[in-house]
Amino acid sequence: MSLDFETPPDLSKHLLGIEGTTREQLELILELTDRFAEIGKRPIPKVPALRGRTVASVFFEDSTRTRLSFESAARRLSADTLTFSAGSSSLSKGESLRDTVEVISSYGADVLIVRHSMAGTPQRVSEWTNASVINAGDGCHEHPTQALLDCYTLKQQRGSLDGMSIGIVGDIRHSRVARSNVLAFSSLGAKVTLIAPQTLMPPSLNNWPVEVSNVLDDVISDLDACYLLRMQAERHSKGLIPSLREYAKDFGLNGRRCEMLSKDALILHPGPTNQGVEITAEVSTDPRSIILDQVTNGVSLRMAVLFMLLGQHETSKQDEVQE
Amino acid sequence: MSIVLKGGKILDKKGERSLDVSIGTDGKILDTGKKLEGDTEVDCSGCVITSGLVDLHVHFREPGNEEAETIETGARAGAMGGFTALVAMPNTEPATDCLAVVEQIKTLGKKSSCEIIPSAAMTIGREGKEMVQMGELVDNGIGIFTDDGTGVQDPQLMRRLMEYSTGLESRLGRPVVLAQHCEVHELAEGGYMHEGEWSSLLGIPGQPSEAEELMVMRDIALSKMTGARIHFQHLSTLGSVQMVREAKAAGLPVTAEATTHHFTLTDSACSCYDPVFKVHPPLRTESDVKAIKEGLEDGTIDAIATDHAPHSQHSKEMPFDQAPPGMLGLETALSLSLEHSGLDLPGVLGLLSWQPAKIAGVDDRHGMTVEKDNPANLCVIDLDETWTVSGKEMSSRSSNTPYEGWNLRGRVRHTINNGLLVVFDGESTK
Repeated sequence: MSLDFETPPDLSKHLLGIEGTTREQLELILELTDRFAEIGKRPIPKVPALRGRTVASVFFEDSTRTRLSFESAARRLSADTLTFSAGSSSLSKGESLRDTVEVISSYGADVLIVRHSMAGTPQRVSEWTNASVINAGDGCHEHPTQALLDCYTLKQQRGSLDGMSIGIVGDIRHSRVARSNVLAFSSLGAKVTLIAPQTLMPPSLNNWPVEVSNVLDDVISDLDACYLLRMQAERHSKGLIPSLREYAKDFGLNGRRCEMLSKDALILHPGPTNQGVEITAEVSTDPRSIILDQVTNGVSLRMAVLFMLLGQHETSKQDEVQE
Repeated sequence: MSIVLKGGKILDKKGERSLDVSIGTDGKILDTGKKLEGDTEVDCSGCVITSGLVDLHVHFREPGNEEAETIETGARAGAMGGFTALVAMPNTEPATDCLAVVEQIKTLGKKSSCEIIPSAAMTIGREGKEMVQMGELVDNGIGIFTDDGTGVQDPQLMRRLMEYSTGLESRLGRPVVLAQHCEVHELAEGGYMHEGEWSSLLGIPGQPSEAEELMVMRDIALSKMTGARIHFQHLSTLGSVQMVREAKAAGLPVTAEATTHHFTLTDSACSCYDPVFKVHPPLRTESDVKAIKEGLEDGTIDAIATDHAPHSQHSKEMPFDQAPPGMLGLETALSLSLEHSGLDLPGVLGLLSWQPAKIAGVDDRHGMTVEKDNPANLCVIDLDETWTVSGKEMSSRSSNTPYEGWNLRGRVRHTINNGLLVVFDGESTK
């Protein structure tokens, strides 16, 4: 990838994607996450680092989990939270996206956590507000905090991603998780293989740092980690696959495939899982599954990201974390 | 009051000559010659005097969405860009699919700075289901039919439209032109930019080149079957250019246009996610741009059109999928063509003036030689003037130019429409 993005993004202002970031930037966030993970283990998991700051969740697309994860992170840092949820259709009632953003910004939010069904919307939002913007998932584009928490979880298990072979299985074409993870995993030294039926591959993979396979059984035994994407039932109705049954049969992680998977391999999923489609019930309880660790680490990672954007401008705030 | 264009160099189909041009009160050229005199002397020193430009593809938003553009403001933008004739697309609200709307557009056009040539929809409401009253429209001078904004999807209906149009040739006095926006709906649906490397990277659903090419292929086959006169609008892909080249070589009655944005911009422009770069057909790749330029050069493409598509600012300040497609073009087309088409000045003027005039059937008054007794539809170009594009400073009511901040060379100094100075010294007079 990296077609034309010149300089690394300024991560003290916005986190819009993994695209363009350097390995050092990603590693810094993962190190910072270690410090916040420790807070989560305290009897009272709360620090005053962002006291008086306001974090607004601006969700144009439903997502209970990501929103809760961000809001938990904000509260553990003592920030105030605001929630704006609206189907993206409300925009078509005459108000432009810019109008909406300007109104929300005027409530005094310091950071906007933006989720939208269309790629690029968080970037546009960042052009119309003085607040920091975090991309919490934009259409088929990126979901950087998911990728970072996945990297953190893998690093926690293996110490480093260097040299790991990671397979991402499923609807790559429509997946913001896949796009961010391809960039993050490969930036941190892993080898990435995309595994999907051809209709669920992006139209072009030119310049992507990946290997590609249409047959999971061919590559599964070589994987150090198997990352399953959520399969949406709508892909069948749009004619991209013959049936969910056939998808499950060819690309689902079941007992048989679990046996093919190396005994040291790890199983990940961004959630919520479609049991019986991309993953069977027996696999969810396999000791190699680190799906729940992903959820737990999500809060710590998002604390780190919020702190990176809001807390580091005043050094005194940094000290408060240590107390 | 007669007007004399003094000190310029005439450049038209016949070539170059340094002569003054005098224009009479009847809207015709009185004379060309050395040291002519008249009531109003217009300084054209250092400039090229040529026939006014003709745009086969303009969206006015009147009737229907006058907040974005009216015929008055759109024609003013056209005149500022050196145009004297503009073909109005029928995707108005209501659609230009009957005589009543055609007459409204003509009436509004008469008061404007350009000659407005209405086209009519091919199908009622541009819905692709039933033919418009084509005979009645032809009898009232309509020579171009198009459902632009969408292509006629049903091949049987398209075949019938073609067959029917051939029977109207004698009533119009020239072939009826069916202009197609080639886009197979099922392949393009849900795509907001060109499908390829960039769309994959950006996560914006794309529409493949084949969505256009399949319909170009179909209509070439149907043109061969029916003998109908087909004009391909805004060709954007390498494959389309090749097919049209072959169709022409086979002697089929097809013509084609390409827009300025399809040979000056590529899909990489969408990486900022600003829908000012969203347009249908979408901006394509470098190799498509190269193919379009080759098509302009070798005559495969007959005309440069603008597909001038004004949209209000708030409608473009939307997520990429929700913003309407389209960009301004009238005021930048000439300068961009001079600088970026790779063609010399006569080549550019052919594509912007006399060739489209012929396709539009207005070559009895536009795109003519600059000679005695011809209608005075002229533009005067300062080839050396440099300027910076600014959406806010444009004459169009909208400001959605994708060229904001571009420095361009060559600008229209004066425009004369039917003998009237509608642009004088770079300012609109109307």
